[in-house]
Amino acid sequence: MKDPTIKSVLVIGSGPIVIGQACEFDYSGTQAIKALKREGLRVILVNSNPATIMTDPEYADATYVEPLTPEFVEKILEKERPDAVLPTVGGQTALNLAVALAKRGTLDRLGIRLIGASRRAVEVGEDRQLFKEAMHRIGLDVPRSAVVKSMEEARAAVKETRIPAIIRPSFTMGGSGGGIARTDAEFEDIVTRGLMMSPVHEVLIEESILGWKEYELEVMRDRADNFVVICSIENFDPMGVHTGDSITVAPAQTLSDPEYQRMRNAARDIIREVGVETGGSNIQFATDPKTGRLIVIEMNPRVSRSSALASKATGFPIAKIAALLAIGYTLDEIQNDITRVTPASFEPTIDYVVVKIPRFAFEKFPGASSTLGTQMKSVGEVMAIGGTFKEAFQKGLRGLEIGAKGFFLEGVSDSGLTGAALDAEMARPSPDRLFHIRSAFDQGRSLENIHAVTAIDPWFLDQLRQIVDGEKGIATGGLDAGPGAWRQAKQLGFSDARIGEIIGASEAEVRTRRQGQGVIPVYKRVDTCAAEFESHTPYLYSTYGSECEADPTTRRKVMILGSGPNRIGQGIEFDYCCCHASFAFQEEGCETLMVNCNPETVSTDYDTSDRLYFEPLTFEDVMNIVEREKPDGVVIQFGGQTPLKLALPLVRAGVPIWGTSPDMIDLAEDRKRFARLLDELKIAQPESGTASSIPEAREVARRIGYPVLVRPSYVLGGRAMAIVYSDDDLEMFAGEAVKASPDHPILVDRFLEDAFEVDVDALGDGARVIIGGILEHIEEAGIHSGDSAMVLPTYKVKPEHLETIRDYTRRLGLALDVRGLMNVQYAIKDDRVYVLEVNPRASRTTPFVSKATGIPLAKIAAKIAAGRTLEEQGLVKDLEVKRVFVKESVLPFVKFQGSDILLGPEMKSTGEVMGIARDVGVAFAKAQSGAGTSIPTSGSVFVSVHDNDKAGVLEMARSLHEFGFKILATRGTAAFLTKGGVPSRTVAKVGEAKPDCVDLIRGGQIQLVINTPLGQKSFADEGAIRKQATQQGVLVFTTLTGAAASVDAIRALRTDSFEVESLQEILSS
Amino acid sequence: MSRVAGQNRPPAGVRSSCALVLEDGAAFHGLSFGRAGDTTGEVVFNTALSGYQEVLTDPSYAGQIVTMTYPHIGNYGVHAHDMESARAQVTGFVVREIASLDSSYRSEGSLEAWLAEQGIVGICGIDTRALVRHLRTQGAKRGVISTATGGIDALVKRARASRDMNGLDLAREVTTAAAYDFRDPAGVAGPVVLRFKVVAYDFGIKRNILRLLAASGCDVRVVPATTTASEALALKPDGVFLSNGPGDPGACTYAIESAKAIMDSGTPLFGICLGHQILGLACGGRTYKLKFGHRGANHPVKDLQTGKVEITSQNHGFALDRSVFENRQFELTHVNLNDDTVEGFRHRDLPVISVQYHPEASPGPHDSRHLFATFVRMMEKKKGTGDR
Repeated sequence: MKDPTIKSVLVIGSGPIVIGQACEFDYSGTQAIKALKREGLRVILVNSNPATIMTDPEYADATYVEPLTPEFVEKILEKERPDAVLPTVGGQTALNLAVALAKRGTLDRLGIRLIGASRRAVEVGEDRQLFKEAMHRIGLDVPRSAVVKSMEEARAAVKETRIPAIIRPSFTMGGSGGGIARTDAEFEDIVTRGLMMSPVHEVLIEESILGWKEYELEVMRDRADNFVVICSIENFDPMGVHTGDSITVAPAQTLSDPEYQRMRNAARDIIREVGVETGGSNIQFATDPKTGRLIVIEMNPRVSRSSALASKATGFPIAKIAALLAIGYTLDEIQNDITRVTPASFEPTIDYVVVKIPRFAFEKFPGASSTLGTQMKSVGEVMAIGGTFKEAFQKGLRGLEIGAKGFFLEGVSDSGLTGAALDAEMARPSPDRLFHIRSAFDQGRSLENIHAVTAIDPWFLDQLRQIVDGEKGIATGGLDAGPGAWRQAKQLGFSDARIGEIIGASEAEVRTRRQGQGVIPVYKRVDTCAAEFESHTPYLYSTYGSECEADPTTRRKVMILGSGPNRIGQGIEFDYCCCHASFAFQEEGCETLMVNCNPETVSTDYDTSDRLYFEPLTFEDVMNIVEREKPDGVVIQFGGQTPLKLALPLVRAGVPIWGTSPDMIDLAEDRKRFARLLDELKIAQPESGTASSIPEAREVARRIGYPVLVRPSYVLGGRAMAIVYSDDDLEMFAGEAVKASPDHPILVDRFLEDAFEVDVDALGDGARVIIGGILEHIEEAGIHSGDSAMVLPTYKVKPEHLETIRDYTRRLGLALDVRGLMNVQYAIKDDRVYVLEVNPRASRTTPFVSKATGIPLAKIAAKIAAGRTLEEQGLVKDLEVKRVFVKESVLPFVKFQGSDILLGPEMKSTGEVMGIARDVGVAFAKAQSGAGTSIPTSGSVFVSVHDNDKAGVLEMARSLHEFGFKILATRGTAAFLTKGGVPSRTVAKVGEAKPDCVDLIRGGQIQLVINTPLGQKSFADEGAIRKQATQQGVLVFTTLTGAAASVDAIRALRTDSFEVESLQEILSS
Repeated sequence: MSRVAGQNRPPAGVRSSCALVLEDGAAFHGLSFGRAGDTTGEVVFNTALSGYQEVLTDPSYAGQIVTMTYPHIGNYGVHAHDMESARAQVTGFVVREIASLDSSYRSEGSLEAWLAEQGIVGICGIDTRALVRHLRTQGAKRGVISTATGGIDALVKRARASRDMNGLDLAREVTTAAAYDFRDPAGVAGPVVLRFKVVAYDFGIKRNILRLLAASGCDVRVVPATTTASEALALKPDGVFLSNGPGDPGACTYAIESAKAIMDSGTPLFGICLGHQILGLACGGRTYKLKFGHRGANHPVKDLQTGKVEITSQNHGFALDRSVFENRQFELTHVNLNDDTVEGFRHRDLPVISVQYHPEASPGPHDSRHLFATFVRMMEKKKGTGDR
């Protein structure tokens, strides 16, 4: 029964999206909050990430968008005095925070209980040595290993474990700083880095079990010691690749029952021994393929990425149940939502195959090695459900949106590599390995040979071979194949597009012929029980079988196309918008159908929409659902670029699109059409041109003058975008741009150096445009808006410019007949406002502005798409905010050793945090703290600004001097400061003399950098400074806006004038 | 079990076509594997994800065509240890996809080759979920699998002409011909002192029950289903075990009589599955046929004495109703949390326990193995050699 002494709970979220900790924790946290609220508890939430559904003010009773540090959470606990803290739904971040609060004595002092996992359980789960001892106590085997705290200890330990050895730092997320050392030199390198990155300066040196089979069990336990396995998972990639970077399959495929039960018994013993009394855990095992020797790898005493996957794979909502167990329920007291007649105290069984495939972003990090290891590097994932492994696998591959239409990737599978070169690519775990294996099959390599090279289990390789063999039949049959052959091809998971590639026909032709033979998919339900009980939840996947269970209704219905796998530039923000769209349409009385293939998200919770189609977002997969469901409308403006790419094909197929018309979206994307519109509206934009070849690009660049911004059209997140100062650079970058989007022209714009940039989010209903928010960038022009820190309301923009921006936005919205959301980016240079781009769709900042204003922009937009006006929704004025809201981005460079850590027009951040306060300084300090960077309150500041900024920087330098900072400056700046009465010391510019400013940063003699660059040379210098600073965690400001904010922040930090305020308090103030 | 040659399936297209037809006319067209030809049986489904070989060799499936709900079957091959009896017991096997390659260090041969060797008729390539939904909504059905290219109508007639489970005594067909002493040939149990003499009635007993009894210190004499109580008691057992098995418990009148007499003798008695139903009938209860039965490895059963929930392995088409509890001598001890059916009972005064589910698992979770220890404690108490 529910514990009556728990009346209020603080739920800790996971903070910004980073590699290894993504929106799966929004999914689990949201579920937990909903479940706890339904139980009548007062729920308090803290999460610094505004792009989450869980931080919507209607979920928790009190929502704190505050940094996830012990100091801030302590303030919240002191203010709210909850009975308990639930740390198990917010990833490693939340667990670490809970342990820190316990260690500080905060929890004891305030009499607050930790529920879900005890401090001991967290410590045993995380501390390698304690874990090893615990496993030995219960007679389980772990790899031979030693925990070391220094290089000397490491050298002694490796004599036992031998090379190759695995190195895992303690208490880091996603295995940051870990790796596999195959040589002594690699060993020294990785251990050094691992010791540095571990917050407790500790690493584990471990026996290599590379090539073993890897499994995971998702398990739950309640206070009555009832234990269930929710899902077993088998890794396609053998041991050696982080499970987050592995292709994984549910359920386990190659375990006989005695082996599986041995693992299950071990899991039960482990969860008991570690002491997880109420909740879920993820336990990883390895088995020796030759002997079956079972080894325990690790356990996470919390919900995880794998538990989100397991929930989506089975229909069993682990996080929700975990939350209920934490407040005292037992599994048999909780009902299974899907069957409605059976309890949660059972083990789901499935009658389909689930394949998860990671999505990588190495193209964003040139120089970084794409070899996969024990440190997670993927930025997202797709999940696919199929009637067989083959069907699920091919669905997953096409859902990745990497250009593969199935088990073949152009440029890799046909790379022509053979012999030892091919062996090397197959032996090296990487995003492309799979497609090299494809090539090996094509070259007639035997399964045994491929197994020997890759160590991938023969059963999986046999499945791949069946796919490759299937292509031969497809090639023979061609378009004239009979129904049996079509069905067989579809049951092997071949997409129409892939079949078209094989037989040399268009996707449309294939589709027509296939449908002509009566071969269409059916939809089956995910029901936790393999059809043993009736399912009340339309959670569906397609397959080619004889019976369809979709059972469409005749209600007014709208289909929402989701955003697919997370990637840099398209992540949780768009999923947030899709969820809101679904909620809004439901409020409008529509039935909502969600289509998405990302298992981490809230949108793919079976609870979010009326119907969930867990399918890839390709034309074929979407059209199949459209034909089955016949929706009244399809919305494409919420899921980012993924659904937008489908807009025109869907329109051509006669699908009704709700919201802003795809033609207008195209107009905004099409440079020529858009330039004409701006001319008509007499709105300025930087001079620009388009080019379809490098010589053409050069001509355009010369005409408009360097520096120019070069980029491909129709890509998101600034892929292959660059600022170019010369003809030589142009050739290189234009070539990249052509590669990134070969079917579309390259865009060449004049780069407005040293401009202020702002982002505007607005709503239009065809008759009216209202502005949700105007955000000022803190980073210099030329940094992708997704990477730039921003402040709302604007901070340094002149009122007359704001007026112009409002006017332009309104006119653009009306001209584009925007029915829903619109994002406009502006630059202000030399007192003139330029439009950089307009995107008539949901933007990355939509959730941020929604949190700041308390108005759910995406929801309003969806209702507009459904036919409501803004006025009907009570919105006639531009929105306002009651505090200062600062957005800061979080970058993944630490995961990509060797890559260039420079920011630029190509987006590289994975996530964001929000800092809220009454003034910019405090809000900025909070945002920095939330993002994990610390603002120095003493030390030395290096100042180097161009002439235009010298006057502006003087007051800041004066303040810093008053705070006790030493001012170091380059010659010109120093002279100016001295003249203004601020003492400073002159230091050399980059390369000017030794030591230069970079050397000083390297030497730890500079704690803060204010450097506003102008011109190519200066831009490059700034690169060197920034690179060194980022490596050492020194803050760099490249605009006066940023510098001013930082000075204010230092002032705030020096007086500790921080308060914590919930969104609900702010919005009702 | 020797490695069977030719483990790879015939290439697609070489398989002959095949149909599964139910008595109500429902027909599923797929491809043949195992033995070509035809077979009849009650069509049922099992939802376990692993353990196909244990299912195939469990004598409780005698007379049944078993459908596996998981689509990939045969992935880890076959192994001698996973035999629950000497041979495949099902009359037919239905899967979505039979593995063309098996991968496991344990594997001694491919499932497909073994099934052919065992003469089992199989059908693959059908929409097994559609079949399962049909059985769930319409109830278990007699059916026929046939590779013959005849009309569906003829097959429907054959299905209807096949044996009906109601009133069918199958235990008599699968039981051992002669009594024997169980010796654990694989030595899985390890060196154990055999402290108790146990007579195990074989209604279709699974090997893992025998192994677990032996591992608990029981010297087991396995006797035919028709062994009378006096014959059994003449062996002076410390306890009697009533095994699992196929068919309608109501038809096993001889066993019901024996069970009653043994219970009345005060000899500790433990029943599983069919043995549980027979014991229930011996106690004056009634059994009935479930709509489509319980077959899987994930059923939650609550122990009413401890309040704990165990995940159990199940395989039964008949069940005991609650009428037996009108007699206050008997106490309901276990219920199925999915559908509230009776999963276990005990005698309040006599050393009698009984469960519907399979504590020996194989396949399935090992949560309930402690029941064998309970049986041992009953015998210890009776013998006066217990610790208490």
